[in-house]
Amino acid sequence: MTSLPVERLARPQSLHATDRSDRIYRRVLTGFALGLPLLILIILGVLFTGALPALKRFGPTFLWTSTWDPVAEIYGAAPMIFGTLASSVLALLIAVPLALSVAIFLTEFSPGWLRQPVAFLVELLAAIPSVVYGTWGIFVLIPFLRAHVVPPLKAVLGWTPFLQGVFYGNSLLAGGVILAIMIVPYIAAVSREVLLAVPASQREAALAMGATRWEAVRSAVLPYGRAGLIGAVILGLGRALGETMAVTMLIGNRHDIGVSLLQPAYTMAAAIANEFSEATTNLYQSALFEVGLILFVLTVAVNAIARVLIWRVARGQAVGSRAL
Amino acid sequence: MTTTASDGRTVGQPALSAAKGSDRTASVSPTVRQSDSPTPVVESRAYNFWYGANHALHDVTIAIPPHAITALIGPSGCGKTTFLRSINRMHDLTPGARRTGDILLDGGSIFAPGMDVVALRRRIGMVFQRPNPFPKSVYDNVAYGPRLNAMAAPREFPDRVERALRQAALWDEVSSRLREPGTALSGGQQQRLCIARALANEPEVLLLDEPCSALDPIATQRIEELLVELKKTYTIVIVTHNMQQAARVSDYTGFFYVGQLVEFGETEQVFTRPIDERTEAYITGRFG
Repeated sequence: MTSLPVERLARPQSLHATDRSDRIYRRVLTGFALGLPLLILIILGVLFTGALPALKRFGPTFLWTSTWDPVAEIYGAAPMIFGTLASSVLALLIAVPLALSVAIFLTEFSPGWLRQPVAFLVELLAAIPSVVYGTWGIFVLIPFLRAHVVPPLKAVLGWTPFLQGVFYGNSLLAGGVILAIMIVPYIAAVSREVLLAVPASQREAALAMGATRWEAVRSAVLPYGRAGLIGAVILGLGRALGETMAVTMLIGNRHDIGVSLLQPAYTMAAAIANEFSEATTNLYQSALFEVGLILFVLTVAVNAIARVLIWRVARGQAVGSRAL
Repeated sequence: MTTTASDGRTVGQPALSAAKGSDRTASVSPTVRQSDSPTPVVESRAYNFWYGANHALHDVTIAIPPHAITALIGPSGCGKTTFLRSINRMHDLTPGARRTGDILLDGGSIFAPGMDVVALRRRIGMVFQRPNPFPKSVYDNVAYGPRLNAMAAPREFPDRVERALRQAALWDEVSSRLREPGTALSGGQQQRLCIARALANEPEVLLLDEPCSALDPIATQRIEELLVELKKTYTIVIVTHNMQQAARVSDYTGFFYVGQLVEFGETEQVFTRPIDERTEAYITGRFG
């Protein structure tokens, strides 16, 4: 039962070599794996140091003042923060019902042959470059909104503060709608995987109790997947908050807070994209860095919440990992 | 403690000899001979079932007597669960499923064009292999059926929930925890919660698909005692892998083998004087 030293000594050289190459391989992989999280910290650090002058100069008032005057060197980011949140919320209001409908249809009601093609096409929406969405928005969406959406909206809800003013095209509404179209594939794809992860036994339990298929979805499947579905929505929110190009092209880039959807607005991402090249003074640049820092913290936090919720639905299984 | 047809009911000689696929009429005749038995609640007639090309059930003809426990036994993949799930039409959503023959509930075909499958499932409760409570409170789990089917005024729900939990012998354990999630109960309690959930619909028939396979012996024993209690009110069909369980709790036993109902009769007869040699081989443990 003792070991066989002869056997072990027979090829010491090759064993040793394997061992060393294994160790190198492991170290390289570990380095790469740790490099990415490290990159997030580096980005955070760069943003923070870049934003330091503005942070010192304006303190927290940066968050709630509205003046953005590069000449007088006074900066307040409230309109951008407002515009970012408003366009994202508007996008969610439009995208969530649509995306959930797609996901529920695909997992519960679609005939088998339709499932893959529709899922594929919906997810393909996520592959279209942002700038293409923006161009499409300018040439198709805005004329469509002007001709077919805004007039009836004004006729019915024109008395509310949300639809005051004249619709020139570039507006919170146009930005929100384009964002909605862009985040539908993310919410739909993750929701679909969450719903697929709901055990069949839950559906069967409801059906066996005399539920119709829709009742089974509403009373058993959706509640079971609720955390994951909320996660999917928040993931969409994360996308919407950070989306830059298409929104910059459609939202109008006006540094002002207004509740009317028909008026132009501004987002943090759009401001950074538009103004970085012309930010000639240190403080101007620093103010934009601070905007970037706010956006970074906001989107990272939102995405973190989303992922935790999604993973919670099927403990251990990375539900929605494919789409994440 | 083999339970026989307790309340003096006799069941002819329900010896279903295996047709071995050669003579189809032979498999139908035992039902005819059962005519002096109590009117069956659930009855299948030459029921065949396919999953795609896989012929899972062959000419199953069985008459399940009321207010008794009927156990369906047999080795894995022999069709007992497939048959059980046919009774409340759970196969409706199975892609590629086909059938011939008929299953009757109280004399009416469950496949009749006018049959409302939702109403059917309300009359035939089902308990699954693994406890599958909803991630809701104990109370909401049991109130699920009454709410869904609007069976009573909402003010009567608490009474119904209590009644169902008492019937499922769970009330004493959970009466103070009705607001806790049903998923927080122990495995045996969860399964009794699922039974209570099914009973709250006030079904006529209760189908149980290996309800104890995920439970420990003590929880299993509680469920078995419960079933014996419940058969006074309900007609119970239980699929089980566990022959001792079938012998302990059931009044009638059906032995399935490769998609055929080989033998059906009073449990005592099936276990002590099986007619078919395959039944004998199975219950004596020579295969399966």
